[in-house]
Amino acid sequence: MAYPILEIVGLQKRYGDNTILKGVDLSVMSGELVCIIGPSGSGKSSLLRCCNRLESVQGGQILLDGEEVTRFDIDLNKLRQKIGMVFQSFNLYPHLRVLENVTLALRHVKKLSRKDANAKAVDALTKVGLADKLAARPGELSGGQQQRVGIARAIALDPKVLLLDEPTSALDPELVGSVLSVMKSLKGFGITMLVVTHEMGFAHEAADRVVFMDGGVVVEEGPPQQIFNAPQQARTREFVGRYTKGH
Amino acid sequence: MSASIVDVFLNWEVISRYLPDILGSLVYTIGLAVLIVAGGLALGTVLAVARSAGSRPLAALIVVYVDVMRTVPPMVYLIIVFFCAPYLGLTLSPFESTWLTLTLILAAFIEECVWVGIRTLPAGQVEAARSTGLSWLRTMRHVVLPQAIRMMLGPITGKIAAITKETALGSVIGLTEILGTAESASSNSGNPSTLTVAVVLYLMIFVPVVVGSRYLEKNWNWKT
Repeated sequence: MAYPILEIVGLQKRYGDNTILKGVDLSVMSGELVCIIGPSGSGKSSLLRCCNRLESVQGGQILLDGEEVTRFDIDLNKLRQKIGMVFQSFNLYPHLRVLENVTLALRHVKKLSRKDANAKAVDALTKVGLADKLAARPGELSGGQQQRVGIARAIALDPKVLLLDEPTSALDPELVGSVLSVMKSLKGFGITMLVVTHEMGFAHEAADRVVFMDGGVVVEEGPPQQIFNAPQQARTREFVGRYTKGH
Repeated sequence: MSASIVDVFLNWEVISRYLPDILGSLVYTIGLAVLIVAGGLALGTVLAVARSAGSRPLAALIVVYVDVMRTVPPMVYLIIVFFCAPYLGLTLSPFESTWLTLTLILAAFIEECVWVGIRTLPAGQVEAARSTGLSWLRTMRHVVLPQAIRMMLGPITGKIAAITKETALGSVIGLTEILGTAESASSNSGNPSTLTVAVVLYLMIFVPVVVGSRYLEKNWNWKT
């Protein structure tokens, strides 16, 4: 039975006088793949970064599996084990090998033995199709491979939700496909994903639900068919139209 | 001209008479240098981490420490440590005084290097580590410091070379390291050839350090 694993209620985020998020409401069901689209500066990335408290929150609530993420006294290190994050610029540790990139948190956060951590890391790297690159350094990999290591690093911790912040935006066009197909296969493993993306084709085809954000609020959300083929809001229509015209 | 430059600076008779003493003093110079490097690296790294911990007063205190240690000539500190320690109820041998002084100075330089390395590292590295639940301290230890130190390895080994050769200052408070031994030998023999020996020994010890630092600077980089 699907239930809301991540609930965002009236979320507000300010940098000084600049309000980035003006009361965002959004919930993600377990096993769901939700894509957030919208123009740059609409607050998509900030929304994601508030969910694991990389950014502070000025108002509203975020609940992860019923637990209040936005409580001031929450143990952030415990919370973050339950919310994986994948970054636009990969942020792999360049001084560590691929396997070590994935085992670092398993060993020092989950406190697994070296053997167990390695087994779990190999499992995660197999899921992203990189079981043959365990000993490589991040610098020896293509961008697409690096991002797949980034995904493996996050899913190895068995998070309840995986946040992906423009995971393919830094990639050469020919490498985008491999990362998107890994994301689709993760859906098959039942991993819940909240993805900020500019890949409209991916959102249209793979998402269960698409959320259109603009100006710090959710303008419209619904199944991809609605957002891309029959948007209800004028702003959605204009944004989606700009993208589909380009194709 | 009977007293040629060779007789004055490369007098084999004098050199062979004092060589065993001077070679014996090598132990002090090398031992001291190794201990200074160990202490300076450890303390300097701890200070750099403490400075990044987010406490403004603590960071300010460390900056003051670093600036004070870097601006006064090492010899002044050496004399202060050696002659003031007894008044604080500490009796430090020349070896201990030299070690403590140069460790405190090297730590200041290392702190500065490591701090720059920490600051230069892209914020995404810390964010990635913290997003997996690693604590701040573990993030520093496993993600930030290994990269910061490698990034700054050239400057760090440069400072190490610059400070460890200051072990020669120990000679002013009676430490029998290379220079002190060579100097007293030259006054006893009335011939500076033992100082030539000291120069050669310093070159033998510190040229590898300097060359090594250049090698490390070139080869410790990795593609990101």
